[in-house]
Amino acid sequence: MLVSVLEPLIFATIAFYLWGAGGREQTLLYVALGAGLMGMWSATLFGSGGLIQWQRWQRTLELLVAAPPRFLVTALPFTVATASLGLYSVAATLLWGRLLFGVPLAFEHPFLFLLALPATVLALGVLGLVFASTFVFYRHANAFSNLLEYPVWLASGVLVPVSLLPGFVEPLSWALAPTWGVRALRDAAFGGNPLPEIGACLALAVAYLTLAAVAMANFERLARRHATLSLT
Amino acid sequence: MAVIEAEELRRTYRTTTGALRRRTLDVEAVRGVTFAVERGELYGLLGPNGAGKTTIIKVLVTLLLPTAGSARVLGHDVVRDVREVRRRVGFVFGGERGLYERLSGLDNLRYFAELYGVPAREQGRRIAELLDLVGLSGRERERVEGYSRGMRQRLHIARGLMHDPEVLFLDEPTLGLDPVGARELRQTVAGLTEAGKTLLLTTHYMFEADALCDRIAVLSRGRIVAEGTPRALKERVGGGRVIEVEVFGIGEERVDALRAVGGVRSVAVEERGQVQALVVRTDAGVEVTPALLARLAGTTIGRVSYREPTLEDAYVALVEE
Ligand SMILES: Nc1ncnc2c1ncn2[C@@H]1O[C@H](COP(=O)(O)OP(=O)(O)O)[C@@H](O)[C@H]1O
Ligand SMILES: [Mg+2]
Repeated sequence: MLVSVLEPLIFATIAFYLWGAGGREQTLLYVALGAGLMGMWSATLFGSGGLIQWQRWQRTLELLVAAPPRFLVTALPFTVATASLGLYSVAATLLWGRLLFGVPLAFEHPFLFLLALPATVLALGVLGLVFASTFVFYRHANAFSNLLEYPVWLASGVLVPVSLLPGFVEPLSWALAPTWGVRALRDAAFGGNPLPEIGACLALAVAYLTLAAVAMANFERLARRHATLSLT
Repeated sequence: MAVIEAEELRRTYRTTTGALRRRTLDVEAVRGVTFAVERGELYGLLGPNGAGKTTIIKVLVTLLLPTAGSARVLGHDVVRDVREVRRRVGFVFGGERGLYERLSGLDNLRYFAELYGVPAREQGRRIAELLDLVGLSGRERERVEGYSRGMRQRLHIARGLMHDPEVLFLDEPTLGLDPVGARELRQTVAGLTEAGKTLLLTTHYMFEADALCDRIAVLSRGRIVAEGTPRALKERVGGGRVIEVEVFGIGEERVDALRAVGGVRSVAVEERGQVQALVVRTDAGVEVTPALLARLAGTTIGRVSYREPTLEDAYVALVEE
């Protein structure tokens, strides 16, 4: 718990020192938004799988799976809620940056910024649903998902611009919600047009939802075949 | 049409052991089980731990796929018509887990009311009814983490009945309850059949099955070894008699010698503190006592008593076979 509260501040501090030395004030805001999204990604990644494991551990997973709605529908509010915990990390990063590093909190398009936030949360939350589906079958899927934290930070450009990375990363980055989320937030902050990126977030959410529906149906069936909905 | 039908149902678990040299092991938990439960019946699956009771229930409520065979609930196949089955059945597993500990009992019920599509304006009334039925009214605003085992179990039942299902599956509902809690719970269960529900209950307590069930299937190592009304099961060993002989230290050969006596159906040895009791089940109308005592010559014998067979005798005889 404490870790999740402090983590975004640690990310932010490191990022400010990395980028902030000699940087313009605008760079600091740019960095702060990236650090915020790093936290949102971590919250989604660990939260959405963790919540399935937690439900399995307290034996509510079977109750939810055997209820009439598709488990996809039952789990969606959980994973979106998990992603929206990432809003804390955005808010904390901005506030921390403001207080300690004097980051200016001036947004060119405050309303579009407020529109970009929920679009980003939604896209990440639905991506979380894809992760959640693997946890329905694999009781130890965290061994795999834990590996995804840093690569996605890199590939989505929240940490360093994707253009600095090898060429093959860029097409990968297009499939990642944080890529478009952080671009939308930055455009809204610095006066670009974030609407295309907000649109990309929504389009990705639809794509993820389709993927999650297929994955969930299959993993649920596998879980029923291999008896992995319960602990023993 | 029967409300619950299982045909040649089988379920095997594959487990792997060993971290480096992985070995797979197949556990045949349910090995060809066939039964049918009629509308309004309270049907009991009675068997010792590991007999396969929970596995059967999980297959019937769509949490496990059968390895072979088929099952239908209200005419809906549990593999093909998953959503139909899920909409129509309620189920409760024994034990204290399966609740959201940090939430109140009321919030637990509200969440499941939502899941089971109870319309918002009916939720309040429905939940109040259920709390009343299971005797939790007045305690619903407390967090579940403070509930006793009995209260948790009753909350589970309220949850299982949320959508007023026609069919309710209860897996060892009195597991771990104190005698008073267990008796209250049995009363609640008995009340449900009066309300016209079809119930499938599992238990490893004989008297519980005897007291509650219309019909019982005795399950042993994944197979049904007997089925019938409690009375019919008693009669299977009944007509006969049970002789109990107290002895002090007796060898396995002696027990085998007793089993060979004509008219003896089975002999079980029960440890009762200092003494052992030989529980000898015999055919009706034969006098075996002299033959028994003759074969026990040379050992110290305590009290000898006679009684009518109970369901427990039927059960022990069946599971031992
Ligand atoms: N998930 C599982 N994996 C492997 N074996 C299992 C699993 N669940 C149950 N078993 C085994 O299957 C058998 C039947 O178990 P179960 O249906 O729980 O019996 P009961 O409910 O009658 O005690 C037991 O031998 C048990 O160890
Ligand atoms: Mg069991």
